[in-house]
Amino acid sequence: MAGSGKAHLRDSGDVLLRVEDLVVEFPVGRTGLKVHAVSGISFDVMRGETLGVVGESGCGKSTTGKAMMMLPRPNSGSVVFEGTELTNLPADEMRAARTRMQMIFQDPISSLNPRRKVRDIVREPLIIWKRGSSAEQLSRVDKLLEEVGIDPQRAAESQAHQFSGGQCQRISIARSLVLDPTMIICDEPVSALDVSVQAQVLNLLEDLKAKYGLTLVFIAHDLAVVKNISDRVQVMYLGKICEVAPSNSMYTTPAHHYTKLLLDSIPVPNPDVAVAKVTVQGEPPSPVLPPPGCRFNPRCPAADDRCRTEEPQVRQVADGHFVACHHPLFGGDAPVSVTTV
Amino acid sequence: MNTRIQAATRQIDGPLLKVTDLRTHFRTERGLVRSVDGVSFSLDRGKALGIVGESGSGKTVLSRSIMGLLPSRNTERSGSVIFEGAEIIDRSLKERRKIWGREMSMIFQDPMTSLNPVMRVGKQISEGLSIHLGMDKQNARETALKLLYDVRIPEPEKRLDQYAFELSGGMRQRVMIAIALACGPTILFADEPTTALDVTVQAQILELIGDQRRDRNMSVILVTHDLGVVAGHTDEIAVMYGGKLVEKAPTRTLFANMKMPYTEALLRSIPNIEDPSHTRLNVITGRPPDLVNPPQGCRFSPRCEYVQPKCVTEEPPLLTAEHLDHVYACWYPVGSPVYREKRAQLDRQGSGATVGAV
Repeated sequence: MAGSGKAHLRDSGDVLLRVEDLVVEFPVGRTGLKVHAVSGISFDVMRGETLGVVGESGCGKSTTGKAMMMLPRPNSGSVVFEGTELTNLPADEMRAARTRMQMIFQDPISSLNPRRKVRDIVREPLIIWKRGSSAEQLSRVDKLLEEVGIDPQRAAESQAHQFSGGQCQRISIARSLVLDPTMIICDEPVSALDVSVQAQVLNLLEDLKAKYGLTLVFIAHDLAVVKNISDRVQVMYLGKICEVAPSNSMYTTPAHHYTKLLLDSIPVPNPDVAVAKVTVQGEPPSPVLPPPGCRFNPRCPAADDRCRTEEPQVRQVADGHFVACHHPLFGGDAPVSVTTV
Repeated sequence: MNTRIQAATRQIDGPLLKVTDLRTHFRTERGLVRSVDGVSFSLDRGKALGIVGESGSGKTVLSRSIMGLLPSRNTERSGSVIFEGAEIIDRSLKERRKIWGREMSMIFQDPMTSLNPVMRVGKQISEGLSIHLGMDKQNARETALKLLYDVRIPEPEKRLDQYAFELSGGMRQRVMIAIALACGPTILFADEPTTALDVTVQAQILELIGDQRRDRNMSVILVTHDLGVVAGHTDEIAVMYGGKLVEKAPTRTLFANMKMPYTEALLRSIPNIEDPSHTRLNVITGRPPDLVNPPQGCRFSPRCEYVQPKCVTEEPPLLTAEHLDHVYACWYPVGSPVYREKRAQLDRQGSGATVGAV
């Protein structure tokens, strides 16, 4: 994969967010080396759409989410949100823009201030932006808390540690909604929760999305969770995009060898499904010295000399299904025979 | 390894491990926390048992109670743990240390914090070999190297003299496994061994544990919250809820014919990769029980869709299903007339999960 290119960007329709050639690098101490966290990725999100971003740790999915919020500003590239270029926006205008795009984080308990009452935490954005009178603010906060299933009375009296993880995530969701944003970036919002609670929070996100017409960017490592909530899914590996497709077609007919590896690795809760023999060993290499060519080539069963030197560009293999691979599993120029052991 | 062969020939009739009415309670300021509350089961040699449950269900405390790996202060432990025909629950710390590593060993969830950060990896593996098996330095180092080959770590010679921070998460978990396997244990406890790892690495680690189990005729107790992980890698599954064992059966039987509504609800709340996107998920409303004041009757009754008056007042015992090796604790199990009636009623109401209060 390790692909670049913009073939998958859409020109028509109501594009809410458009990211082009996003690059984020972090210095490694004073060595002069850099972590290539995100290396020139492009994608877009339509209004009302849910885009799922999946990949293993270190693939740059969280960095991408944060770079969209200019946390920190990317090294290069462009992020256009609601028609405004964010990368060169002055700090105060960026703060105002963030009221339209909110974020939910992985650890629900540590992302809430432990010393404050939960109701005050949810209300704070309204106070900062001077929205409405005190009574209006409180009634909005209480309405939102009820919608996410938290008793407002209890929220007024309690701090975050008095709630469970699932409840804290509900509180974070209420806080992200209080300024009436158009887009919410969810960074692993359910990975710290038990499966029974995870289902509650995922259903809640779907309900609120429908009710408030939200656009979601849903970042997670769990492919089943991402499939459940997303309209389109984008697979990342070592700071690059491998594949972008509508979620159903991505999961039934993956085109990229890495996507297939991910899908084959998921443990299926059914003992009659034989556990697939592990065909790809090893772990992703360091993003400090990413391999040349396609970044997946050292682990890819179909890699050849071209993959080791030339970076594949994103291209369409089916309707709305894009892949960055020289030898995709389907839609390639010539059929490739992959010998699996 | 010679010791391994000795252990295997020391064959005793009956199960390898027999746990009877095991209780582990912790004294806290809030009151007595009944983390494990009367659990009984047995495990045969060479078998893999999965223990599943949500956080706080007591699955980790159960495995630590069996090994005796709990602080003695403010802990009350009772019941019986018979290992290879001998009672081990009342053993002193000194005697337990002879069991740890040599007979029973454990792989922990977090490979980052479970390894010693200031000791070379090779030394951490060979430590047990010299203490338990009395190997000399040279021999222990060679065995450690062989173990690193066994766990398929890349460049094992180089790893011997490295520290944990120089290794990736997957490699650290392989080192943990090498340490656990070093003295040829009879039972390997794996407590959420892949939760901290990526999915492609998880698949490799689970395959490795399975291969080692078969090669060494070792029993494995795999503790996890992930029903997907246990489905493909165990012979039997025990489901825990609120400190109790609520269902236990051979893996295939359990998935084909689950009796306990909790097991069913747990399975149905996982997003299924086969379903189209935006499929409504089934939820279990509410939260796991408070183990200081557990609910009366069946501990799952406050969250159960099929709850009946009897469930709230009387605690169900462990009953045997059609197959003798399948036990469950429920008055109205999946498939019973009362269950079917309630299911039909729920379907008529369109039991669409709502944004319920927590």
